[in-house]
Amino acid sequence: MNYIAIKMLMGDTGKYIGIVIGLTFASLIMTQQPAIFMGFIARSYSFITDLGLPDVWVMDSKVQFIDDIKPLQDTELYRVRGISGIEWAMPLYKGMLKARMDDGTFQNCNVIGLDDTTLIGAPPIMLEGKVEDLRRSDSVIVDIDGATEKLARPPLVAGGAKIPLKIGDNLELNDRRAIVVGIAKVTRTFQSQPVVYTTYSRAKSYAPRERRQLSFVLVKAKAGQDLHELTQRITANTGLAAYTRQEFMDLTFWYLMKNTGIPINFGVSVLFGFIIGAAIAGQTFYNFTLDNIRQFGVLKAMGASNGTLLRMILLQAVFVGSIGYGIGVGLTALFGFAMRHSILAFQFSFQLLIFSGLGVSVICVFAALISIVKVMRLEPAIVFKS
Amino acid sequence: MCLKVNMNVAVRCENLTKTYDTGEQKVTALNNVNLEIRLAELMMLVGPSGCGKTTLISIIAGILNQDAGLCELFGENLLTMKSADKLRFRATKIGFVFQAFNLLPALNAAENVAVPLIINGVKREVAQRRAIDVLERVGLGERWKSLPAQLSGGQQQRVAIARALVHSPNLIVCDEPTSALDHKSGHNVMNLLKEVAVDDNRALVIVTHDARIFSFADRIAEMDDGHIISISDSPKTA
Ligand SMILES: Nc1ncnc2c1ncn2[C@@H]1O[C@H](COP(=O)(O)OP(=O)(O)OP(=O)(O)O)[C@@H](O)[C@H]1O
Ligand SMILES: [Mg+2]
Repeated sequence: MNYIAIKMLMGDTGKYIGIVIGLTFASLIMTQQPAIFMGFIARSYSFITDLGLPDVWVMDSKVQFIDDIKPLQDTELYRVRGISGIEWAMPLYKGMLKARMDDGTFQNCNVIGLDDTTLIGAPPIMLEGKVEDLRRSDSVIVDIDGATEKLARPPLVAGGAKIPLKIGDNLELNDRRAIVVGIAKVTRTFQSQPVVYTTYSRAKSYAPRERRQLSFVLVKAKAGQDLHELTQRITANTGLAAYTRQEFMDLTFWYLMKNTGIPINFGVSVLFGFIIGAAIAGQTFYNFTLDNIRQFGVLKAMGASNGTLLRMILLQAVFVGSIGYGIGVGLTALFGFAMRHSILAFQFSFQLLIFSGLGVSVICVFAALISIVKVMRLEPAIVFKS
Repeated sequence: MCLKVNMNVAVRCENLTKTYDTGEQKVTALNNVNLEIRLAELMMLVGPSGCGKTTLISIIAGILNQDAGLCELFGENLLTMKSADKLRFRATKIGFVFQAFNLLPALNAAENVAVPLIINGVKREVAQRRAIDVLERVGLGERWKSLPAQLSGGQQQRVAIARALVHSPNLIVCDEPTSALDHKSGHNVMNLLKEVAVDDNRALVIVTHDARIFSFADRIAEMDDGHIISISDSPKTA
């Protein structure tokens, strides 16, 4: 009977394709949108993930997420260094500064100032130049995406390609000269601004003069030191907030979840995909069953049981469901592949596969259910009606 | 199965009554119908439109329940049977032929003919082979791969007859098997039924109002307004 069920389904090419398209659409939206969302989320704390060395981040107690900078006085660094259980503690500057472009326009840059001696917090992957070159005067390192896109020079001829920033080029940060000594690869940040690395003291000189300029204190715990205990000790001694890396990532994640429209926007898209997919697939599947109601009646008259017909319809639903799901997920993967070098964040995890798989299953069960009810109630005597 | 009552009786209807209640009105389709159909005979059921012919064979075939009266098939009362047994009974004992053929359009001729065997749990390959054998008997052995849409009306009805025969049922019910066909094809279909379907262990009931095929009947039961008004032997004029 399974064979008959599948043949019946494929016999009506138009409806068969309609159902598959509905399910493809649903599974595409249900994987692609969340994948972009997950990419965004990962990006929101990518700066924390990229910075591998420190165990604990110390900051003003009112900081709500990574880009919410509430500067501290430089003296706080020394207070933190005085706490037991700490291997080292280094300053980090993080702030938005305007870079003046050759054509006179300005570009906001995410400027990172690293401890002058240790350069802790330096980008993990250098594409050109060396991190140590930051010790030369006026030197900065620029991330590759910034160098090739937002900080690139205007084309020589109108309509030509932009000229990427390269080693030796000059930048102007708040009217002060900066020389590019290296190009780094960093994970794109949430706002996708160019990232400019320099030393802590130089970052302070680029930034507008203020009393407080220390963004974070990065702390490495002594071997064997319990991190939770350490964060409590730092808070108790300094009144500052101290988070482990994971805690700081979670803080940032939940801030975005609760205080931005991003989750709702994506949630609405996913819901729409689900509802529209369910409507198309469910409606078409039901129409398919109605079109074939006489055939089901004939099978019933010839002695096929309700259980057999139920299995046939479920099989038809599972069949179109698997195909739609396969194509939808495939399209999402293709989309992610096509976008891999673009500005778009995209994170396609296996949890997403399960999530959309469940979504498509729900649609199929729903579509099958209304058809099953119809066929179960069918009187076999209809077969003699012409 | 043990044939209890009379070795020769396939179907016995006593005081059968059936009323359709659509809510707005009640239609009495069968009113005290008494009828016996014997094994090895071809019984025709004739009468004006709406007199209850289809209702009667639906009850006989076990796909509709009567309101009152008795209907026994080979000594079994389908009304009191458990539904699983009833399905099993229909699947093994009864073959159907319809006016509109009712072949599954997505299946080829052999696959269509194999359906009753598959419902009875026969493996697909075995069923397919037996289906082709029966198609040969109805003269369509060469066309077993054809889809219903690729066959003429007469050929489709021959496939349907093969389907009604393939599981060797003891009763075949046909509702207007020739009325969708031209005279010649209808005649061929009746010849075929007479040749391959009539059997010592089988009864055939054919509902028709096509007077041109009356001569194929062994006996003719004439109905009017929910009653059987006469049962006569075939006129044997054609
Ligand atoms: N499902 C139903 N609901 C309500 N009334 C019905 C139903 N089926 C049949 N009837 C009525 O019962 C009566 C007998 O119908 P039936 O189909 O048995 O007649 P018939 O002799 O087969 O007619 P025809 O030659 O036109 O096929 C008719 O009056 C018909 O309108
Ligand atoms: Mg009728």
